[in-house]
Amino acid sequence: MSQNHPANGDGVRSVVVDLAVAVAIFALGALVLYDSVRLGASWTPEGPQPGYFPFYIGLLICISSLAVFAGALLKLRSDRAIFVRRHEFRRVLVILLPSTAYVLGVQLIGIYVSSALFIGLFMRLVGRYGWLRSAGVGIGVSVVAFMLFEVWFKIPLPKGPLEALIGY
Amino acid sequence: MEELNALFHGFTVALTPFNLTLMFIGIVLGVIIGVLPGLGGANGVAILLPLTFTMPPTSAIIMLSCIYWGALFGGAITSVLFNIPGEPWSVATTFDGYPMAQQGRAGEALTGAFTSSFVGALVAVLVFTFIAPLVAKFALQFGPPEFFSVYLLTFCTFVGTGKGNPFKIIAAMMLGFGMAAVGIDIVTGQLRLTFGLTELLSGFHFLVAVIGLFGIGEILLSMEEGLSFSGASAKINPRIVLETWAKLPRYWATSLRSCIIGCWMGIIPGGATPASFMSYGVARKMSRNGDKFGTGQLEGVVAPETAAHAAGTSALLPMITLGIPGSPTAAVLLGGLMIWGLQPGPLLFVEKPDFVWGLIASMYLGNIAGLIVVLTMVPLFAAILRVPFAIIAPVIVVICAIGAYTVKNNMLDVWMIVVFGVIGYAFKKLDYPLAPMVLALVLGDAAESSFRQSMLMSQGSLSIFWANWLAGSLTTLAIVLLFWPLVTALRERLRLPRRDGAAA
Repeated sequence: MSQNHPANGDGVRSVVVDLAVAVAIFALGALVLYDSVRLGASWTPEGPQPGYFPFYIGLLICISSLAVFAGALLKLRSDRAIFVRRHEFRRVLVILLPSTAYVLGVQLIGIYVSSALFIGLFMRLVGRYGWLRSAGVGIGVSVVAFMLFEVWFKIPLPKGPLEALIGY
Repeated sequence: MEELNALFHGFTVALTPFNLTLMFIGIVLGVIIGVLPGLGGANGVAILLPLTFTMPPTSAIIMLSCIYWGALFGGAITSVLFNIPGEPWSVATTFDGYPMAQQGRAGEALTGAFTSSFVGALVAVLVFTFIAPLVAKFALQFGPPEFFSVYLLTFCTFVGTGKGNPFKIIAAMMLGFGMAAVGIDIVTGQLRLTFGLTELLSGFHFLVAVIGLFGIGEILLSMEEGLSFSGASAKINPRIVLETWAKLPRYWATSLRSCIIGCWMGIIPGGATPASFMSYGVARKMSRNGDKFGTGQLEGVVAPETAAHAAGTSALLPMITLGIPGSPTAAVLLGGLMIWGLQPGPLLFVEKPDFVWGLIASMYLGNIAGLIVVLTMVPLFAAILRVPFAIIAPVIVVICAIGAYTVKNNMLDVWMIVVFGVIGYAFKKLDYPLAPMVLALVLGDAAESSFRQSMLMSQGSLSIFWANWLAGSLTTLAIVLLFWPLVTALRERLRLPRRDGAAA
């Protein structure tokens, strides 16, 4: 937080995110409660039903998230801390979005080609390295991973058309 | 001296060329993991765990525990040279380590850090060697109620000793338990919390959660901070090492205190990070040069490093003897044991003595190997840190994706690490602790089955947790710890009006 921006206008406040996350956690707790009740959370002659233990877990999730929510609500006006500033969040997206695209790529064309593309393009576009170095590192990492997993350890990873071409 | 015989037997198990090679590979990988941002002990071990599935369990645990020792050593390198703690437990090492590096005494600081890490670990292993069998023998008498009260104590300790909002600690922990419950109920065979999705049948695997929460989450945080590394150069030559070793005996008292703090904090689930801070604080208070701490005192490096390593090592004691890990990394190792078909707990000492004593022997050898590796290879590790983040970040994402896929050969897990990464990022920023969440995810099924068995024994009455003195005292202690934040809050409130009066 080196820059002295005015407290709002340039980012999301922590309290607001705190409230939102508490709501999300409450929803998850409610989901656990719902399913526990559906399965039965009481006793039968054979002992506790499957929902017996998760019921209390769900209950505790709901109670604790309510307490966090209430605590954040009390500080809604006073607490001016920033969760993330816009330029910081942009940097987070710079890795988060390509990573998501990369996972999609792993699903579609296999892990080795996607990894080479992901590392190479990231170095080229974000790190501003030359094409040759970017391609070198990207392909290098993929080849090492291929040798390690497919050839030596015999652990199959997701593969696509290119690997099929060389018989894997 | 039954233990010594067993230990010598352990050395014969550990001292094969194959195991020694694995030990060195483990240490080197561990130091690299400890040095790199976004890869830590817990998720480093998690990513490499699938590679060990084909090895014999003893070799596998030797390699994985050596990765852990390596990560403990590696954290110090970044702290001293770059003022960036590679691991949370080396934050306190930056206080005096970095000033020393700025004064051109990086070699001295690093030698001091490595040597005291080694001393801390050695003392903890000695404690382990002689205490662990006793704890295991004692725990053989445990029934389900006793085990559940130990679990309860573990989790309540997080609430009682945690720094942040206790409700956030409970929420994170219970989310972990909730995730552990997803899938087939082991007792009745019914599907729980799957909502008709077949992908959720086998539940959430903790390795995937660890890789996402710690790996991807840490990458997102590092990107946000816009890290750029620039640091002192590292030169260690034998002369500096010997000179530093000549100085170290002066700090024997600090070292001893730090060992005690570290061992204690490691056995209770406090972990290495609070141990290192506490030890630094105590050393500053007790030392004659206490007022000079923070300006580059060797003693200020010795104290946190000794404690962190002692705590990291002794965190394995409750993991092996009771099946309850004292830290996230120990939790990952515990998960590994279960995957190899070993049930951690008191019976392990009886049923698999080769494994247990091989592991203990490897703890001695691994730390010696670690000291040699780090002292000789510091410049190499420092060079890794100079690799720009634009290369490191995507490579780590790729490694995390491979690690997640190899857990169950399931594409959904690769998607899950992105989800867990975002959760980890948000939780870190909002002070939801990740360690209790991971521990709850690992221990959820065991805790639930001990609870259900206890309830069956007592026909649903909670009084069984006070039925004998052992379960009773553990449960009572757990409840005291659970409400400890309330006690401190009340005390603060009672003190507050006076302070307000003084301010006005």
